[in-house]
Amino acid sequence: MMSDLHSNWYPIASSSDLPKRHVYQAQLLGREFAVWRADDGHVNVWENRCLHRGVRLSIGINNGTELKCQYHGWRYANRTAGCTYIPAHPADAPARTICNNTYPAIESHGLVWSGEEASGDLLSLDGFDSATVLRAVPVFAPMNMVAEALLGYGWDDSCKGAANDDGSVTVTAGDGTAVRIFVQPMDSNHSVMRGLVNQAPAGAGRAELLQTHSWLMQELRDRVEVLAAKQEAPAPYEPVIAKVSEDLVDIPALGTDGRKAELRVQLVKKEMTAEGIVSLRLEPIKGQLPTFQPGAHIDVHLPNGLVRQYSITNGPGETDHYTIGVKREGDGRGGSAAVHDSLQEGDVLAISAPRNNFPLRRDAEHTVFIAGGIGVTPMIAMARALNAQGLSFEFHYFVQSDDHVAFKQQIGEFERALTIHKGLSPEATGAKLKEVLAEPGFARHVYICGPGPMLEATRGIAASQGWTDEAVHFEYFANTAEVDDSTAFEVDLARSALTLQVPAGKTILEVLREHGIDMPSSCEQGACGTCRCGVIEGEVIHQDVYLSNAEKAEGKSIMTCVSRAASDRLILDI
Amino acid sequence: MSKPKCEDQVALNLWYTIAPIAELEEPGAQQTILLEQQIAYARNAAGEVVVWAHEGVPGGVPEQNTLPVQERYGYVWTTLGSPNSDIFPIPEYAEADRRNIHAATFGVNVSAPRLVENFLDMGHFPFVHTDILGAEPHTEVKEYFVEVSEERDEIIASNCKFWQPMAAAASSGGADVDYIYRVPHPFCSVLYKSSPLDESRKDVIAIFIQPFNQEQVRVHMLLSLLDDANNDTDIRLFQQTIFGQDKPILENQYPKRLPLDPRAETPIRADKSAIAYRRWLSGKGITYGVIPPAA
Ligand code: FES
Ligand SMILES: [Fe+2]
Repeated sequence: MMSDLHSNWYPIASSSDLPKRHVYQAQLLGREFAVWRADDGHVNVWENRCLHRGVRLSIGINNGTELKCQYHGWRYANRTAGCTYIPAHPADAPARTICNNTYPAIESHGLVWSGEEASGDLLSLDGFDSATVLRAVPVFAPMNMVAEALLGYGWDDSCKGAANDDGSVTVTAGDGTAVRIFVQPMDSNHSVMRGLVNQAPAGAGRAELLQTHSWLMQELRDRVEVLAAKQEAPAPYEPVIAKVSEDLVDIPALGTDGRKAELRVQLVKKEMTAEGIVSLRLEPIKGQLPTFQPGAHIDVHLPNGLVRQYSITNGPGETDHYTIGVKREGDGRGGSAAVHDSLQEGDVLAISAPRNNFPLRRDAEHTVFIAGGIGVTPMIAMARALNAQGLSFEFHYFVQSDDHVAFKQQIGEFERALTIHKGLSPEATGAKLKEVLAEPGFARHVYICGPGPMLEATRGIAASQGWTDEAVHFEYFANTAEVDDSTAFEVDLARSALTLQVPAGKTILEVLREHGIDMPSSCEQGACGTCRCGVIEGEVIHQDVYLSNAEKAEGKSIMTCVSRAASDRLILDI
Repeated sequence: MSKPKCEDQVALNLWYTIAPIAELEEPGAQQTILLEQQIAYARNAAGEVVVWAHEGVPGGVPEQNTLPVQERYGYVWTTLGSPNSDIFPIPEYAEADRRNIHAATFGVNVSAPRLVENFLDMGHFPFVHTDILGAEPHTEVKEYFVEVSEERDEIIASNCKFWQPMAAAASSGGADVDYIYRVPHPFCSVLYKSSPLDESRKDVIAIFIQPFNQEQVRVHMLLSLLDDANNDTDIRLFQQTIFGQDKPILENQYPKRLPLDPRAETPIRADKSAIAYRRWLSGKGITYGVIPPAA
């Protein structure tokens, strides 16, 4: 019985209950929902509880793309309900498993329908295509009792009521006027009548129609409540609160999903966005895409067997697709050529879930973005997030010429914060960067992404201008240095209690995998930071471009895909 | 008193604040509720504070069958059980140059432990106490220390720092403010906050929660300040503003009782003190106002 009810669709709100940027509190079978419409029109039906400390999300803030909890400002994305930001820890990317419970939703005929486990289509509402939604009327009585009373509902003697398969009642008069009334079970002894009339008069006619039915339903309500009061009230439903995933019990852990292509997406649109740069719009084949955070990238498994990382450029709440940009690299390892030359609209691609090794702090008073060439892609997502929150930033984009400016429309959103520097020589670029980076200070941060030499130069300038290591964030998209793998050494895995030999010609990562240790990775060139691991003892020869100089000197972590031991033995924290 | 309605022996055997002493100036018996038990309090002819349990009308001040009473920190304390320890110490209260003020008594529809967690929580300052105790974008909760002192059986969170827009009346810009939190009683907490007047000493804010039942409480707030500039009314108004901001959030927490199962909610590093508090309550076997972890 219980599970039957849960698999039905019930109307839980009227479309008019969801005005722009509002969050509506609904209830079905004892469970509360937070219902909100994003600016792209999508209606979200979520558990009405913040995963953090249980605060009702119906008192949260709908900013059009995300829902923000009132208590500690956690943000949850449109569609996926994945947490995109935890303000108390601005330097960390929230674990991907922090995701609220979502419920199916259909908006149709001016009503919003949901059900804990509802699936399939609504029953046909033929004849109600141009309908008027009646005012919802609550009744303190069990659903069945209300439905039964509704069979006798009517506004003249010719009215006849009939029950439908979905539990609703259709009342038809001799002249063909019909009303279909659905009963929404809020709880075992609390229902709501939601009606549709197969007419849509305007003006006074509409007001009269609404008034008549409001009055008749009110009358029915009073009768049913008298009846219900004579019975013993059924026990209220006790909705089960699902537990959060196990790995969140202590401190959000990094995923251990390795380099897996767990998603299939379709290339829906491929277009040149700048000279040599193609933009790809990827949409899910079924279901929805996982939540991404600004700065995140995906691994794209290309038809020729190569795996490449590309940053997601979407703004917050744009959760129905990912847009990435790919530059044709003459000397690349053939990945970009495959994208440019052989991928076609309609192709299916395997991608990984988004990973964020370049998290964006949102606790800065001012943020400076410095992008060179294709390095603009992660910065676009970051700046769009800050822009949506009204936080202060400036965006410097260094390109060869106007033809090389990618994603013009998206960066256009930044208006006055955007400066495009065209065709500067390396010296002129250096001078410009000195100017841009003239003012380090409290709660000011800089993010850099671009070609290796520019990135190196920018880091150097930032340091000489007085920016601290913690305030400078960067992402390399390739490691161009020659990697030396000629040494052999031993690794001790402290937590797994294993000792492994790493021979010349093999990486630590490969040896770990051979022994069944699940270590996530992505670029496998020491650029993305995914395979980072803690070092407890031993000296490291760092061959990556991900760690900062300070982090390298500290020697507390290692990129297992390229770096090796300087000593005979390393003790790793896994 | 008949069989107590609260079945939690640990909760029953604690001392509770039931009213500020100043309330006893009013003539006649005052009534309140503690752990679902109706109780009354008054001064008897000899001027002593008397507290007793009753059903319905309180009647006159009884001579026997009264409840244990202590006057401490400006409040009347009582218990429905037999406590095996004294009320926890707040030594600062006795310092001669401090102003001890009863800030207010507030009613809230929430469990006592949810309220304690809110008191320990810094992460909500910028969002709930916007432009007073915090301001976006300065939202970071920096690492701090938490220890459970075996000897004193209390939780101490120290080295807590949070950025505040108007850290002190004297400073124009924002700065980090230092806090120390103590939880010396399952339903009470004491906060030490750096004093703008004296770097070596701290202002003290304490909350003493009086549970009416598992999901409704009232909380008494004591201030022990080094401040000599503001008058009592301004200080009270300030605390009432702060509290008025927390109340709607607290009353919208679901479930109202604090879930002790570690997988019921999602802690982050900033919640270290709350994690320690939940473990400490579990260890004590408290069941009042909480949802114990499923066995
Ligand atoms: S309770 Fe929602 S952010 Fe903390
Ligand atoms: Fe608060």
